[in-house]
Amino acid sequence: MKENVFKGTARIALIIGGVALALGMIGVIEAFNERDIVSDVITLGQVVLYACPLIAGYFVAKREDVGRSMVPVHGLLGGAIAAVPTFALLYITTIWETIRDSFINVSPTLIEALSFGNESVLAGGMRLVLIFAVLGLVGALFSLLGTKLRAAFLQAVAWVVGIGVMSEILVNILRPRLTSANLKALFGSGLNQTPFIFLLVGITVLSLAWQMVGKDRYQARQASMNAEQKKRSSIIRNVLIFCILMILPSVLGVYLSEIFNNVALYILMGLGLNIAVGLAGLLDLGYVTNFAIGAYLMAIMTSGSEYGLTTPVPFWIALIICTLAGMAAGFTFALPVLKMRGDYLAIATLGFGEIIRILAKSDAMKGTLGGAQGILQVPAAKISGVAASIFVPILDFINGILGRWDLGIIGSKGGEIIFDKPPQLYYLLLACCLLMLIISNRLNNSRVGRRWMAIREDEDVAAAMGINTTSAKVIAFTLSAASGGLAGAIFAAKLGSIFPHSFQLLISVNVLSLIIVGGLGSLPGIVLGAFALIGIPELLREFAEFRLLMYGIALMAMMLLRPEGLWPSEARKRELSRDDDPPPIAASAGAGD
Amino acid sequence: MKRKRFNYIDMVLVGLRFAIIGVVLWGIAGKFIFGIGVDYTAADWITFFVSGLSQGSLYALIALGYTMVYGVLFMINFAHGEFFMAGSMSAAVLVALPLDNAGYLQAYPIISLCAIFLSSMAVSVSVAIMTERVAYRPLRGAPRLVPLITAIGASFFWQYFFRGLFGSSLVPFPKFEIFDGKVGLFGLEFQKIDIMVIVTSIIVMVALQLFVQRTRTGRAIRAVAENKDAATLMGIDVNRTITTTFAIGASMAGVAGVLYAMVFRQMNFIMGFIPGVKAFTAAVLGGIGSIPGAALGGLFLGVIEAIGPPLFLEGLGIPGAHQLKDVIAFTMLVLVLIFRPQGIIGEKLAEKKA
Repeated sequence: MKENVFKGTARIALIIGGVALALGMIGVIEAFNERDIVSDVITLGQVVLYACPLIAGYFVAKREDVGRSMVPVHGLLGGAIAAVPTFALLYITTIWETIRDSFINVSPTLIEALSFGNESVLAGGMRLVLIFAVLGLVGALFSLLGTKLRAAFLQAVAWVVGIGVMSEILVNILRPRLTSANLKALFGSGLNQTPFIFLLVGITVLSLAWQMVGKDRYQARQASMNAEQKKRSSIIRNVLIFCILMILPSVLGVYLSEIFNNVALYILMGLGLNIAVGLAGLLDLGYVTNFAIGAYLMAIMTSGSEYGLTTPVPFWIALIICTLAGMAAGFTFALPVLKMRGDYLAIATLGFGEIIRILAKSDAMKGTLGGAQGILQVPAAKISGVAASIFVPILDFINGILGRWDLGIIGSKGGEIIFDKPPQLYYLLLACCLLMLIISNRLNNSRVGRRWMAIREDEDVAAAMGINTTSAKVIAFTLSAASGGLAGAIFAAKLGSIFPHSFQLLISVNVLSLIIVGGLGSLPGIVLGAFALIGIPELLREFAEFRLLMYGIALMAMMLLRPEGLWPSEARKRELSRDDDPPPIAASAGAGD
Repeated sequence: MKRKRFNYIDMVLVGLRFAIIGVVLWGIAGKFIFGIGVDYTAADWITFFVSGLSQGSLYALIALGYTMVYGVLFMINFAHGEFFMAGSMSAAVLVALPLDNAGYLQAYPIISLCAIFLSSMAVSVSVAIMTERVAYRPLRGAPRLVPLITAIGASFFWQYFFRGLFGSSLVPFPKFEIFDGKVGLFGLEFQKIDIMVIVTSIIVMVALQLFVQRTRTGRAIRAVAENKDAATLMGIDVNRTITTTFAIGASMAGVAGVLYAMVFRQMNFIMGFIPGVKAFTAAVLGGIGSIPGAALGGLFLGVIEAIGPPLFLEGLGIPGAHQLKDVIAFTMLVLVLIFRPQGIIGEKLAEKKA
């Protein structure tokens, strides 16, 4: 009996130790070591590395067959065993000197970091085992704390690590608004020690207080509000969000606005793909098709290069044409694949995406699409003429009132509004996103939206209920493609040039990942997913290399642990809570599937 | 069978069918009647055919993994191309290149080749078993799209995991002198490597067929593919059998990985994607779930891909027709999924499932 307990400890610890080793060998630790969380004390790489024994200790201790008195022993053991794979790597490097020829990331820097810069790698390795054992013990003891305290503390750690990681960006935002002495007190190469401790304790206390007292009160107050009050509070909230969104570019500056723009582009595509995948349950892996068609059409219609039309189409008309063309493409590609279901549909749409990309790259289409060199000189969007003479004075007036918190658009230059810099483009993308959000929201609650959801749940039953599944699916594909075309068109104008290289399967997978991570069918979820998957990797340059690795993990983890997404839609939440106790009819229907 | 009304979708499909046949015929006519493009001799056509066969046998080997997994789980293992990549890359970096540097490779080519094959298969199999255990097994019984999404995640995970391990630059594969150059057969000259690939694949596939048909484990795999519940009642450990299926499929991918490395001689971390999708096409072509079908589908796809551009694309007057090789494969994929999802020879399977 006792032997089994120890075996289990060793198994858990070895798995997590293997993860720690893998993190080192693929270069995560080394890359993350360049970012300080707490100035000169701990780096992100160390946080990731030391999280391993903590987690190992926690899971080892949490098992039911571990007696309370034995928790520290198992924690120590678990931590030490978790260090074994990494220690083995250190040992191997002492024998196999050319290891770097094979494993490119087993660099001297990594070895130095793992062995604490000791002269003797093995002595350093022993130290690593010791530290891991202690941390395993800490993790094990942590499992003995109360649930609420544990949650509060974890929340605080997450916030502090987040702030530490983002410190560079926070400094940039805060610089114009704080004195340099204050700033220096807060941030060094990461978060400084005093504010770190202050924040850690503060957030823990706050979070604890919220869980103990605040949450119940808030919920009680929410419940006691009548319909009118609820409506008013939601209006106030929306107005507030809108105002913040309007002044965001001047707060964030050019660099962050650019990141916001990329996020917005993906939100736009996510909202589109959500119609097909989230609402109608049609897994489309070729969403990049619509994006590419919108972008190429925009480039051809407006470009000043040899591939452009002789009389360029004005941007706004081109934008509408691109959206319509996206819809036409969605419609056309939908027709042949309508009879397919599930996985076959996914693979067929993936095939379409690849065909489009290879065609765009090939010599066969070089005459119109520019081949591998792409199309250059796509002009930026602009408002000129009569419209500008109306808008520019209004903008000047608003900017005059707002003063330092002005809008990102500087209107008066030459009497035109040109969307060529990130802060200006931000407003264009914001408008498109808001429009798509409103449309998606209306679609969610519309008749056709309900038809899609019925098809998503069970196509045969939906057909039996008299739903015209064919037309509903065609509409889903067509509408879903519209915002792909729109996003592509804006992408072309934003970048100023178009290359076939930009239209890889990756785009489809990115969009799919973000709506799955956010929560299928949930609009706030898509926004959240886009910020998490597109925004964060763009903010942190050392994440960029491991971005797709993280997407892969995120996709798997979401499906395994939280299939409803980070911010699930109301309908999904209800479905999943009902699943806990399925009625007998549903159970038998499920078995027949 | 329920009768369905003939709606506009069917019309589009019929139109598409005729359009494709028309384009192909037009291209062939353009080639042979109007003489557009290069004029090939009979020997050229045979060379195209043989290199297509060699390419196709690689697809066939990978396709076996798709088809076997689909047979037992009814799931498209999107990450299968990554098993192929994992084996190939690891064998090249960890075995082939060090052996070559030490001079063993040219001195004892057969022993070295065996070592390379074994290491490639071992890595492929372990990657496959890990993926199955972590990403697929907990999702048995989930809606069908869920494992597909997980598989896409796994695919990206392995790609970038191996990029982290071995770097993103192209990895060279050493040249085997015994397989270099040409060999004369029936008065024609063939690349030695093509012959070697075809022969190896045939041996491996025959061995696999015998294994599945004759051994106890093979019988268990077929039983699980037929009916999981009944197999459980007969005392078969279903989970274990599924893992075995993954392992066998992955070992085939491992063999294909080494052969691919020997033919193309350079690799990187995304090399698994295109062969993976093509092998899936091959599996569907042959009727997914059927092992001989996957083999035939792979060979068929390889040949079409090699012969297609010179045969009908050049005839259409398309410049750089060879660039569109992949377009042919993907178009085949889409067309097969649209018109014959049961596969070209998959009649029996389709009847059974209906």
